[in-house]
Amino acid sequence: MLRYIIKRILLLIPVLIGVTLITFTLLYITPGDPARALLGPSANTEQVEQLREEMGLNDPYIVRYGNFLSNLVLHQDMGRSYRAKQPVFSVIMSAFPATLKLAALAVAIAVVIGIPLGIISAVKQYSVFDNVALILGLIGISMPVFWLGMLLILQFAARLHWFPSAGFSTFKHMVLPSIALSAQSIAVIMRMTRSSMLEVIRQDYIRTARAKGQTEAKVIIHHALRNALMPIITTVGLQFGALLGGAVLTEAVFSIPGVGRLMVDSIKMKDFPVVQGGVLFIAVAFSLVNLVVDLLYASVNPKIRSQYR
Amino acid sequence: MKDKKKERRFMRLKEFWRRLKKSKMAMFGLVILSLLVAIAIFASVIAPYSYSEQHLENKNMKPNSEHIFGCDDLGRDIFTRVIYGSRISLSVGFIAVGIAVVFGGLLGAVAGYFGGVTDNIIMRSMDILLAVPQILLAISISAALGTGLVNLMIAVGISSIPQYARIMRASVLTVKDQEYIEATHAAGATHLHTIIRHIIPNCFAPIIVQATLGVAFAILTAAGLSFIGLGLDPEVPEWGAMLAGGRQYIRDFPHITFFPGLAIMITIFALNVLGDGFRDALDPKLRD
Repeated sequence: MLRYIIKRILLLIPVLIGVTLITFTLLYITPGDPARALLGPSANTEQVEQLREEMGLNDPYIVRYGNFLSNLVLHQDMGRSYRAKQPVFSVIMSAFPATLKLAALAVAIAVVIGIPLGIISAVKQYSVFDNVALILGLIGISMPVFWLGMLLILQFAARLHWFPSAGFSTFKHMVLPSIALSAQSIAVIMRMTRSSMLEVIRQDYIRTARAKGQTEAKVIIHHALRNALMPIITTVGLQFGALLGGAVLTEAVFSIPGVGRLMVDSIKMKDFPVVQGGVLFIAVAFSLVNLVVDLLYASVNPKIRSQYR
Repeated sequence: MKDKKKERRFMRLKEFWRRLKKSKMAMFGLVILSLLVAIAIFASVIAPYSYSEQHLENKNMKPNSEHIFGCDDLGRDIFTRVIYGSRISLSVGFIAVGIAVVFGGLLGAVAGYFGGVTDNIIMRSMDILLAVPQILLAISISAALGTGLVNLMIAVGISSIPQYARIMRASVLTVKDQEYIEATHAAGATHLHTIIRHIIPNCFAPIIVQATLGVAFAILTAAGLSFIGLGLDPEVPEWGAMLAGGRQYIRDFPHITFFPGLAIMITIFALNVLGDGFRDALDPKLRD
């Protein structure tokens, strides 16, 4: 198992180098002059030119990418933010907790609500509950997170004053954004749980378990759910990645100082080192989540465990 | 022989339609989607006003008999803008997915068909793109290309390529070793001919399902990009941009954001139920 983990982490390295190459290239061709953006419209051409030289913006593409990569690998240095004049790493680290909290809370809500709803829907297939859940699920999947966020702000912040509409300092601030962000995932996890459970429930060993005289709850939880869990875990893992992305939009709606908002602001301000660092950071987080999902897989299913050598 | 092939294809299509028709939800989605397409095509006929003309005396006007969805902060008729918005969202959705299907499908087909080093190079590149959440990738590409309709389509399209490459590769791998493919080789067909004429048509079912759901995702992503100001300019009647424009008035004039959001939701809903219906109708396991 340990060897498998190490192998997976080593395999991550070329992928992440590829990510740096792609983001670097994209930002390289992005129109706009960071030196000009930094100095403002009042600066003259000479000043801009001098700053470009200092920032290394006049070096050829290969040299700039080489410098970036060698700094990253040799000194774990992602460069400095043009705007904040601080190392990119610390700029991102100050924004990352908010994003992580938001995504983690949304995943937790989605799992706690989505899986039970999916189980009940499967057990009571074609019942009123199942049909209502199915339609609500479809609505949840179709709801843009930024629109749902605004509706929640309107109802629970502006009208009822239960929760604040912006910021991310206390738990109360986190409620509306994480609900908005989780809606889609609740629906996806519920649908996956339902179909996975339905597939399992029809199997012979479930009939056997029932014939043994076990209680229905035990049959569902011990026999059916355990075997239905694999695709559900994959879905939850994939959702976490989707949520890291969806957090960008949620942060915009609720004015949350997270990585997503930082990146959007940085793109607009041409603060490219931060954008680059942010993409890399999220790619690392995303890849690690996928790794954890794969490992969880193994612990749930002994059939797969033997392949991880 | 050719006629027989055509007939078989027609029969398959008929069977598909028979199975799709059984799903009420899918038919519902199909009806809504057809309506939306009709609205998009005839937008200039349906819309009562101009989508760009500003009437500041109508600023933030609530819905009434003349302006059934009200007016926005610049006094533009929201109903008109929502109608025109369908044109933009649907074309972004379909063209972006078109780009992704063509390039992703081709890459996946080549990777699966040739295998070995080619497969490795293509699929590892796809892994790199997949390591970044799709919306973030779309944001980065869109930042590099700049705002505008065509750039938005390209950004959303490129960010969706890996999914189609993966699906196509997987389905190519399942058909590649079948006898009729060997037969085309024996008959002296070139690789390109074999891929385009024989392999791709036989891998189409999973691509169609993914593409239908993909259009929904592309519309959402495009609206999201416009919402954060990286897609289209606020003057353009795009649903996401309209939401962004009305955001600051949410407390006092929620109608500005309500209708564009509802339009997005209905469109995504229709595409999702239709995609589900396609999947069920094409799933051989569910064949009765």
